[in-house]
Amino acid sequence: MGRGKLLEVEKVSKYFPASGNGVRHCVFENLSLHVREKEFLSVLGHSGCGKSTLLNIIAGIEKADGGFVFLDRKEIDGPGIDRMVVFQNFALMPWMSVANNIKLAVRAAYPHWSREQVRGRVQQFIEMVGLKGADDKKPSALSGGMKQRVGLARAFAVNPRILLLDEPFAQIDALTRGVIQNELVRMWQETGITVFMVTHDVDEAILLSDRILLMSPGPGAEIREEIEIHIPRPRTRETVIDHPAYYETRNRIIRFLNRHTH
Amino acid sequence: MTAPKSSSWLVVFGVFLIGFLSIWQLATLGAKGSSLPGPLAVARSSWEFLSDPFYDRGPNDKGIGLLTLYSLVRLTIGFSAGTLVAVLLGVVLGHNPVLYKGLNPFIQILKAISPIAWMPLLLYSVQDSGITALLVVFMASIWPTLANTAFGVANIRRDYLNVANILQMNWPTKLLKVILPAAAPTIVAGLRISIGSSWVAIVPAEALLGSLGLGYFIWNEWNNLSIANVIFAILVIGCVGVILDLLFNQAAKSMAYSE
Repeated sequence: MGRGKLLEVEKVSKYFPASGNGVRHCVFENLSLHVREKEFLSVLGHSGCGKSTLLNIIAGIEKADGGFVFLDRKEIDGPGIDRMVVFQNFALMPWMSVANNIKLAVRAAYPHWSREQVRGRVQQFIEMVGLKGADDKKPSALSGGMKQRVGLARAFAVNPRILLLDEPFAQIDALTRGVIQNELVRMWQETGITVFMVTHDVDEAILLSDRILLMSPGPGAEIREEIEIHIPRPRTRETVIDHPAYYETRNRIIRFLNRHTH
Repeated sequence: MTAPKSSSWLVVFGVFLIGFLSIWQLATLGAKGSSLPGPLAVARSSWEFLSDPFYDRGPNDKGIGLLTLYSLVRLTIGFSAGTLVAVLLGVVLGHNPVLYKGLNPFIQILKAISPIAWMPLLLYSVQDSGITALLVVFMASIWPTLANTAFGVANIRRDYLNVANILQMNWPTKLLKVILPAAAPTIVAGLRISIGSSWVAIVPAEALLGSLGLGYFIWNEWNNLSIANVIFAILVIGCVGVILDLLFNQAAKSMAYSE
């Protein structure tokens, strides 16, 4: 693919202070990767391998102890709406309705828009995730799947340069997960927004990604392998499973994960 | 054990009320020379006050409604000022653990001091009884709200602040849309304690400072040896206190959220 690099992570290191003796615990060291324009890239690894920390550094909500992150060739310094995050635990404001949660983000992204414009955009994305009629509900009245639909609507509505997904479907029941994964793919294709996702779900990564980076467990986590997924789109769970490359890819990933257990 | 019927408490309440009033009436009936009025005498004087609550015949003779209003206006001003300071300072302390730890000993000491204890000092400093009364309410209202706001803000879920930061909200937006609503249940719990202690403090402050209001009224009636009126005033103070508490309880309910 000849597309340009949108996001570049260069030799990023992160340490956590160890207790007592002053020896730092290394999460990862000199970690580098890039995400291409309009790409769907996944980082796959065991829980606790440091992939969420990596995502938080890209988002700017955690500071790296070394290295750089560039977005559009500009170094990022702190959080920004150009790198919107979809959180594993949804992170919706529980005191706000569905519509107001999305409105909060739209207002922040488009401060000069009129009320009508903001309302229009909020409605558009509520409908896009199939939550029409739930506008006035509070998040506590929604199922996990519906909450994450709001999370996705909020994230896509601000039209970020790159969308950061932090195990977005980990807390959603398996049946709903498949439906929302399909919706995510559809939104990704409709909007053309670049996606960076971290996950520990092998099938999820194969279904959604153009490219998968395999991360070994921490401490001292590394990106060890890179796998391009050539299964044609549009993909569904069925077409992916039926594709000749599926089992080979899946086995390669499973073998990697088994080799690199804690 | 079977669940108690929802109205059972009313029976207990009624039994105790009637029992209390009967004993009170009997006790005052027996002692002929006693000046302690019974419930019937108090009810009579209450009726007089309540039938014309807003009359105004000079500084020493005002209707009970008017006096209650004086106290409530004083409460509102002092409490609002105290709340504003407490919430703003609480937000700052909640965001800054070092400042919070460093100032906490002062807050704990100040919290332990009855607002009435400040009165001589305040009166000496500002030389105005009206302002002193307001400052007493201010002092009474500040500490529970401050402590609760700082605690509430310090314990806001990291996720909400992350979202606010990713959305690059400016400070006022972040404060109004995220920090205050997230900490609102804790803050309102503090306000509820604060309004209670302010109302408790306002009565002696008015009595001692001679500021028009329920506290002044109670002292004035004591000087007139109108014990029935004193008892009536006590009942009014209690009822207003209950109403204030209910209002803040209602506010707490409307601010509560579940995740």
